[in-house]
Amino acid sequence: MAWFKKESTPSAEPTKRPKVVEGMWLKCSHCREIVYRKEVDRNNKVCPKCEYHFPISVTERIALLTDLGTFREWDADLAPQDPLGFSDSRAYPERLKAQQDKTGRKDALVTGEGAINGRRLVLAVFDFSFMGGSMGSVVGEKLCRAIEHAITMRLPVVLVCTSGGARMQEGILSLMQMAKTSAAVARLGEARLPFITILADPTFGGVTASVAMLGDVIIAEPKALIGFAGPRVIEQTIKQQLPDEFQRAEFLLEHGIVDMIVERRRLKETVGSLLGHL
Amino acid sequence: MKDYLDFEKPIRDLEERIEKLVGASTGRASAQDEIRKLKAKLAQTETELYASLSPWQRTQIARHAQRPSIQDYINAFCRDFLELHGDRAFADDQAILGGLATFGGRSVMVIGHQKGKTLKERMLRNFGMPNPEGYRKALRLMKLAEKFDRPILTFIDTPGAYPGIGAEERGQAEAIARNLLVMARLRVPMLSVVIGEGGSGGALALGVTDRVLMLEHSVYSVISPEGCAAILWDNPAKAPDAAAALKMTASDLATLKIIDEIIPEPIGGAHRDPQAMAERVAKALTTHLSQLEELLAEELLTQRDQKYRQMGVFTDPPPPVS
Repeated sequence: MAWFKKESTPSAEPTKRPKVVEGMWLKCSHCREIVYRKEVDRNNKVCPKCEYHFPISVTERIALLTDLGTFREWDADLAPQDPLGFSDSRAYPERLKAQQDKTGRKDALVTGEGAINGRRLVLAVFDFSFMGGSMGSVVGEKLCRAIEHAITMRLPVVLVCTSGGARMQEGILSLMQMAKTSAAVARLGEARLPFITILADPTFGGVTASVAMLGDVIIAEPKALIGFAGPRVIEQTIKQQLPDEFQRAEFLLEHGIVDMIVERRRLKETVGSLLGHL
Repeated sequence: MKDYLDFEKPIRDLEERIEKLVGASTGRASAQDEIRKLKAKLAQTETELYASLSPWQRTQIARHAQRPSIQDYINAFCRDFLELHGDRAFADDQAILGGLATFGGRSVMVIGHQKGKTLKERMLRNFGMPNPEGYRKALRLMKLAEKFDRPILTFIDTPGAYPGIGAEERGQAEAIARNLLVMARLRVPMLSVVIGEGGSGGALALGVTDRVLMLEHSVYSVISPEGCAAILWDNPAKAPDAAAALKMTASDLATLKIIDEIIPEPIGGAHRDPQAMAERVAKALTTHLSQLEELLAEELLTQRDQKYRQMGVFTDPPPPVS
């Protein structure tokens, strides 16, 4: 009998400490300032010091862009497979399972129909928290179906990108999603329906080099990193340090690659006005 | 002087022994007999070695310095090649070669990556890694071909699009994306052959065509094995493992229904017999091109649409019955 055993007091424990201390404050990943989380949340997840736009979840993005309660998701059950039998330090199916458990989604893109200021539209949003928003077969297929629905229903398409690029674990099939989705955008264009892309931090690789850059209008979020090759790869190739603001949204605007930079709080209004013209 | 790869050492040894014997041969029957034996052994070794190449070994053959390039194929089976230069906006990217030529009696537009063979030429051609203006030149030439109803033949051989500051400033991603979009809708027959290395988006930007053929030892992948190993294994030395995991060989791509035909290579690879290789490529191109020329533009577009639309592997559960 362990007479010296300390009596456990599980119920008393949590009340002794202030809850989620570290969660009250947040370090801005851009300006490195410590900021009050609630203030950031109230500000659409924008840093009050430097205006950096923190990543937001797909749910928050949909709420930000569409009229309350109008969004209806499509093809949520479309699920990935493991066509290559891919395994690095971990088998691809295991990785998928972990990501699915974490996010509650089958893969990295949410598609559906909603409305902006009463105007119906098709909306697709990448989920960066699911394997870095990488594009594999499911992402490509869901985006194609969404675009095809838009053509049938004569609706505009708005795509919000945050992605590391093509999904390596699906090999060449991922690369081919670039061709497949770009072809769908071409058909949308022939149907003369607007395609607006919103590029959030970060958007890279095969997603930039396909659908992201094919918007009739391309919007970037302030300070978002957007590019084809990742900064590390470029640095290793050219053996030089990169300029500070390289591949930031402002850099892309300056070089004529995006149409505009729009702050998050004005995003819905801007997309609404654009669609009014298109 | 032949250029051997590391894993070709047994072949190199045998060939050197044969050469020595032939050189020193006085016509003695025993020497002749020895040469005959060695040649038989060489043939057997070659057959076995090249029949069981690992994906990484194939990658090395695909990248071989002496591997035939687009220029070699043009010289071998096109007549009156007229090179067309520049994107009309910024520069003439030497990593992509393009122009008009006569192939099998018809005018065609030929476009492809060019890596270069000597070090000097490789530097001039940026090792076959195009900048945005290279893709924009290719696009300009493809639209020109469409305007005059000429088929387009593309030859793919690149490590990938160039990752540089200027490339990003001038919209590398946009240039690739634009090609994918436009190629999907061009109203002329389009064929591509992966003749060496198909490096990711930089390869695909010339590869959205009606038929995609691959040389037996060529490779085509979403990322280089070195890049994949650096990211997923955190160790570039794991490239051979990554090459296997990525399923990037011609036979893998045929199994995945991404390509339409594998063109067999001469034993040891295309560089061992460029003439024979060119004849096989020309024959395959002729067959596919004649089939595509039978189709109306609308049929061509429908087939191309379906071809890319069905690529991808996923589970689509039936909607719940309510």
